[in-house]
Order: sequence, then C-alpha cells, then structure tokens
Amino acid sequence: MSAEVKEFAKDAEGWFAEHTPADPDFMLPLTFMEVGTDQQFEFLRDWQRKVYEAGYLGAAWPKVYGGGGLTQAHQDAATAAMRKHNAPIMFNTIGLGWAGPLILDIGTEAHKKKYIKGILNAEDVWCQGFSEPEHGSDLGNAQLKAVRDGDEYVLNGSKIWTTHGHYAKYMILLARTNQDAPNKYAGLSFFLSPMTVEGIETVKIRKLTGEHGFTQTFFTDARIPADGLMGKEGHGWKIAMQTLMYERNAKGGQAGGYSITEVNPLEILELARKAKRGGKPVLDDPVIREQLVDFMIDAQAFKLNGARAKLPPLNQDCPQAIPLMSKLIMTEYMREINQFALSLQGTKSGYYVGEENAIDDGYWHRGYLNAFSATIGGGTSQIQRNIIGEHALSLPKTR
Amino acid sequence: MSAQIGITEAQIDMLGVAESFCREKSPMDKVRDQLTTELGYDENIWREMGDLGWLAIAIPEEFGGVGLSLTEVAPVAEQLGRYMLTTPFSSTTIAAQALIMGGADSLKSEILPLISAGQAATIALSEPNGDWELSNVETEAVRDGKDYRLNGKKTFVMDLLASNWVIISAILEGQIALFCVTTASIPRENIRRETLVDETKRGYELTMDGLIVGKETLLDLEQVSATLNHIHLVANLLGAAELTGGCQACIDYTVEYLKTRKQFGKLIGSFQALKHPTVDAFVDYQKSRSLLYAAAFSFAKQGEGEIATRMAKAQADKAMSFAADRSIQFHGGFGFTYDCDAQLYRRRAIFNASQYGDARYHKGKLADLLL
Ligand SMILES: Cc1cc2nc3c(=O)[nH]c(=O)nc-3n(C[C@H](O)[C@H](O)[C@H](O)COP(=O)(O)OP(=O)(O)OC[C@H]3O[C@@H](n4cnc5c(N)ncnc54)[C@H](O)[C@@H]3O)c2cc1C
Repeated sequence: MSAEVKEFAKDAEGWFAEHTPADPDFMLPLTFMEVGTDQQFEFLRDWQRKVYEAGYLGAAWPKVYGGGGLTQAHQDAATAAMRKHNAPIMFNTIGLGWAGPLILDIGTEAHKKKYIKGILNAEDVWCQGFSEPEHGSDLGNAQLKAVRDGDEYVLNGSKIWTTHGHYAKYMILLARTNQDAPNKYAGLSFFLSPMTVEGIETVKIRKLTGEHGFTQTFFTDARIPADGLMGKEGHGWKIAMQTLMYERNAKGGQAGGYSITEVNPLEILELARKAKRGGKPVLDDPVIREQLVDFMIDAQAFKLNGARAKLPPLNQDCPQAIPLMSKLIMTEYMREINQFALSLQGTKSGYYVGEENAIDDGYWHRGYLNAFSATIGGGTSQIQRNIIGEHALSLPKTR
Repeated sequence: MSAQIGITEAQIDMLGVAESFCREKSPMDKVRDQLTTELGYDENIWREMGDLGWLAIAIPEEFGGVGLSLTEVAPVAEQLGRYMLTTPFSSTTIAAQALIMGGADSLKSEILPLISAGQAATIALSEPNGDWELSNVETEAVRDGKDYRLNGKKTFVMDLLASNWVIISAILEGQIALFCVTTASIPRENIRRETLVDETKRGYELTMDGLIVGKETLLDLEQVSATLNHIHLVANLLGAAELTGGCQACIDYTVEYLKTRKQFGKLIGSFQALKHPTVDAFVDYQKSRSLLYAAAFSFAKQGEGEIATRMAKAQADKAMSFAADRSIQFHGGFGFTYDCDAQLYRRRAIFNASQYGDARYHKGKLADLLL
C-alpha cells in the first residue's frame, strides 16, 4: 500500500467510525435485493449519498463524470473500512456495480455525463430488466419486443423479478429487436431505458418473507429514446454477458462498497454459546462443533481464495476459476449458515420476525429466507455450476 | 481468525521447477511401473532430487542446507502428489524436521548434512494401536549398561528400507524418548513390508525385539513433546500438499473422460448429474489449494500455523476423497478396473487420511482451538 493510500485508508477508517449510523428502529436490508419499504429505501439512499459526498464511493471512477479520480486501491481501502464498521450496504447496486461500469466501459460521452453522477449519489436508482416470466435461466430467449420508430424504440412485453423496479429511474434492458435473426442471441439488443415514460408500469410482488421487494414491469407501447441503445442492434447478448461478469464479480470496475452483508461464523458461535439442549450448551455437542468448524473452514477458504486470486503464480492452471466460482461459494455458504443458525434455536426456531420471544428478533429467519435471493438471482446456483463446468473446466455444454 | 496467504520468490521458483520435473519424470505408466517394485521408487529420480537440493530446502545452512523453510517445501510436495511421483521425500523431510527441532547438536551435525545431500531417513512412531496421537506409545526402552534396549512394535514406518536412519519413539522411565537409529543396525528379519491401500507407497512393520541402541542416538528429552507436535504438523502439511496436488490431477483425469466418452449420442460431460458434482469437486479443490498455501505461508507462526495446517489437511482430505470417489463412479465399468487411474487416486486419498489424522479428527482439534 502506498503512503498516499494508507493515509486515505486512515481517513476512511476515521470517517466510518464517526459516521456509520446506529441501527434504526426498523430492520435494515442485508442485501440490496431486500429493500422492501419506503423507510428502508430512504434510509439507504441518504446513507449512500453521504458516503459518496465524503469521497468513499466511486473513488476510482473518473473525476469528470463525478467519481473521485483516484485508484482502485483507494476505493478498496474505503470499502474495507465500511466492512469493518459494519456500515449499511450501498443499495444502488445495479447502477454502482453493473450499469455504471458498463457505461464507463462502452458508453458514449453523453451517457457518461448523464448517468454516472446520479448512480453515485443515489439520485438515480437503477434496475435491471433481463428476466421475463417465461425466460429466466434461458435469458437468451428473452422476448420483450423493441421496434425502432424514428429516433425512438417502441417497447412491448414484460420483465419480472425487477429489483428496485418500484424506485428506479432507469433500467438496463435486454430486448428483442429482430425476430428473424439467425439464432436467439443475435436478435437481442441492450438499452439504457428510462422507467418514467408512459407505458411502463410496475406492479409490486410479495416475497417469501411477506415483504415487498421486486416488481413485475409491464411495457405497453412505451417509447424510449434511441440513443439509449448500447453498442449496435444485435449486440445485446454480448453486452448482457459483460454486465453479468460485473454482477458475478468476475470483472473489476465497480464503484465499490458492498451490497450484501456477510455472516461471520463468529456470530453463529454466539448463538451456539447461548443455546441449550437438555440443560447443556449445544456447544458441547460434537456434531454441532464439527459443523461450526466446517463453516469456519469455508469462511476462511473463501477469504483465502480472494487473496490467492491476486497471486498469479498460484492460479496458472486456471486463472478464471476463483472469480467464476465466488458467487456460488458465497451465496450457498450464506444460505447454509443461516439455515444452521435456525437449527440452533430449539423451539424458538418456530418464531418469526415480529415475535418478542424470537432470538435476535428473527434476524436468522429473515436471513435464511432472503439468502435465496442470491442463490436464485443473478443466475441460479445450478446455472453457476454449468458456467464453471463449461468455462473453467471446458466440459461440454448441457443444452 | 486472520486469513493470510502470501508467496515467496523462492517458493514460486520451487513450484515451477517441481511442476516441470514431476511432469517429465512421472507419467502415469512410470507410476504404474513402480507399483510392484521392492522400494517403490526410481533410484535415479531420487538421486536427481537430492542433487537438485530438494531435501536441503528447509535445513539450516549451518548443516549443509539451503536455509529456507517448509513454505518452500510445500509446493514440492504438492507437485509430487499431483504426479504421484513417490519417493522417500516426505519421510525424509519429516525426519529432518524432527532432528532440527529435537536433535542433540552432535546428531544434527552428523546427519543433517547427509540428508541435505540426498540420503533418506524416516520415523517410526505409529504403533499397532492405530492411534493418531503420537503420544500413545507402548514401545519400551530400558537402560542396558551404557545403551538402551527397545521392545515393542512400530507400524507404517515409511520407506524404512530406503532410509539410513529411523527415529523411534519409546517410553523411557515413564516418559517418551526419541532415538535416531541407523537402519543398518536393525536385523532384516525384524522388518516386514506391510500391504498398504496406496500401492505407490512403502510402509513397514518394525519389531524391536530387544534392539540395542546407543546413548548417542537419543534426541533431547526436554524437546520430545515439542518435537512430536512439530512432526505431527509437518506431516499434515505435507499430507495436505500431496492430497491437494492429487486432487487436481484426479479432477483433470475425470474431466478428460467426461469430454471424450459418449453415451446416448452425447458427451457424458454434458449430463449435469456428472457435471455438477465435478464442479463441486473443483470448488472444493480450489478451497483446498488456498488453505494449503496459507498453511505453508504461516506454518512457522505460533498458533496460526497449527490452525491453518489442520484446516488445510481437513479440506484436502474432504476434497480429494470426494473427487476420487466420484472419479470411479463417473468412469462407469472402466472405473471399476485396475487400469483406470481413479483407483490410484482413491487409494491415495484413503491412505493420506489414514496418516496423522483425517478430516474429522482435525476438525475435532480445530473445535477445541477455535470454539
Ligand atoms: C431476489 C431476486 C431478485 C432478482 N432481481 C432481478 C433483477 O433485478 N432483474 C432481473 O432481470 N432478474 C432478477 N431476478 C431474476 C433471476 O435472475 C431469475 O429468477 C433467475 O435467473 C432464474 O430464472 P427463473 O426464475 O425463470 O427460473 P427458471 O429458469 O425457470 O429455473 C427454475 C429452476 O430450474 C433450474 N434450471 C433452469 N435451467 C437449468 C439448466 N440449464 N440446468 C440446470 N438447472 C436449470 C434453475 O436452477 C431453477 O432451480 C431476481 C431474482 C430474485 C430471486
């Protein structure tokens, strides 16, 4: 770490120590996909703006567009400080993590001027319109229709599971511009689309937790400016894959911060210390002890994978292996450890959020159910295994 | 728990050199040639390894060594495991470490330079009780004039016939003592080759039967418990390295079959019932390698080294056992044959789990350290 970055890290450390807000009297989302109430939304939006204004978000993005003009090492230091102080998440993830890097990589000068700053200060919330009711894992088959008409495109169809759909000003959108293309992928185009035009409607969907979270988005003769087309018509699939690379964390360039709170196995240890069976601490049970150690090994291995990925001599056989598998490892780990946390609670695992007798106010129940957001969203764990098998191990394709 | 991984320049050099050496010297037909030989290894290759200074890596310069550490030994063990290049490398490294930790100066200056130059040594700690705890010793040593008389039985004495020295544990006046004995002083009929599940390895039963050993063979009595502890961790680091390398080779071997064998008109690798478990094995392997290099990096650190090493061994056992078990299954009828390499990998994993503790054993230890 250079002296300059060290200095910056120290400042960041001090800033988050002082400014990280205390827990409000409502539950904060653990992941960006969980933002369900206006209260949560306003809180996280304010927090993101504050962090941005202090210079700890988008630190490595170009200054002319609203970034900090520093290096990735600066941003990494700021992100580490956030983590250390358990700060609330940076919720505008689709902008910060996927749309933003994409615009900076392949957008026009006008795109960059128009969108980057609003992504960082959370003025403009972004959503992603990829999945459709009939085409999720088989994204290449997306059918929402976009027809060119002068300097506009006319959209018809529907997208679903749209995280932040209700709050978003813009959407990254995958649409079909050519019905007669030689294959399903070649007919797709990629758009930066406004959400606030006539003909685009969002309908909230209730999640398995009972809260709201994402939407179905309906497009009925909605007209969007043609300058929102990214690349050329027919390039949609390639560009969508590029955003998925950002999303799956296999490609750098994100604004920074984190969008999913990680469970530390030591928190589970606290639970296990308190839990009793037959009057005895469950921590005396060798089976429970072994499971706890399994989680500790997994957590350690995940961290070490990240560190090893940065040491090229230890990745020569398959350099993309670790980046490709980190989503699968992390999301399945989160699901399993939350599930394990429930199993430690005896009868109390029968309670739920809102019950005064519930352990940690039902935090683990909510955590477990919400963990599926990440094992399904962004490409399911099964699809991740296909990708790792086909790209890292060169196994033949399934389809 | 801090997660530390790092590399040293010398370590990366060793990794590169060991990889190409093992790849060149140890194609699978050569590995199979050795399954039925008496010593189980090619003496020319072993000599070359000595000439390359591989046995000297972690031996201090004052004893003719290179003066590096186990950080640099781990990648060599990993590549030996990957290409199943079996030699007395591990047994000799462990014996040398035992001497460095607990040997009297006279023993160190006599033996370590010879090991540095490529001579083999081994340890005889396991007993018929099958216990992984090296402190569970029933062999007895009693004074006999100026010498000691040993009685008892040792098992899994690896590469004994190839070794010039063997370090034997025995109870002497109520506490454990270690003796570094020249193999030449042991009558041949006291040594019986054992039948091991891993046919690439050579292990022997050693019956002491009143064996007389001199006073000069005694290791420092004050250091015995630290030495046994060190041996245990070194052996597990090397075992984890071998398993991790072997796991990689096993997955490569399986993937190759999945990319060539066809059924129902399709490559079998396109079936998710095979693809997904293979990916799971690959994920476990990647974790295993990260934990291994973290253990190699922090091995010498008090406390941290032990945790990292036990984690590495536990994960490596899990990863290779699963990868090799599935490798047999995914080769179908061919997987059930002696000709299919899957059995070599599965047997290796069983054997390495059987020595110095399997995954569950280490997780039990970790629970006591961490919870
Ligand atoms: C919380 C959450 C937020 C989301 N946010 C967004 C968003 O903002 N924007 C957006 O566009 N989408 C979003 N999604 C949608 C998500 O990307 C899809 O749900 C996902 O890709 C799966 O598609 P599907 O729901 O149609 O399931 P399906 O594709 O129908 O899958 C059903 C089951 O079949 C399995 N399966 C399907 N194909 C295969 C195959 N080839 N091999 C093996 N198994 C297979 C799947 O793993 C799954 O278990 C979100 C989802 C969730 C849960």
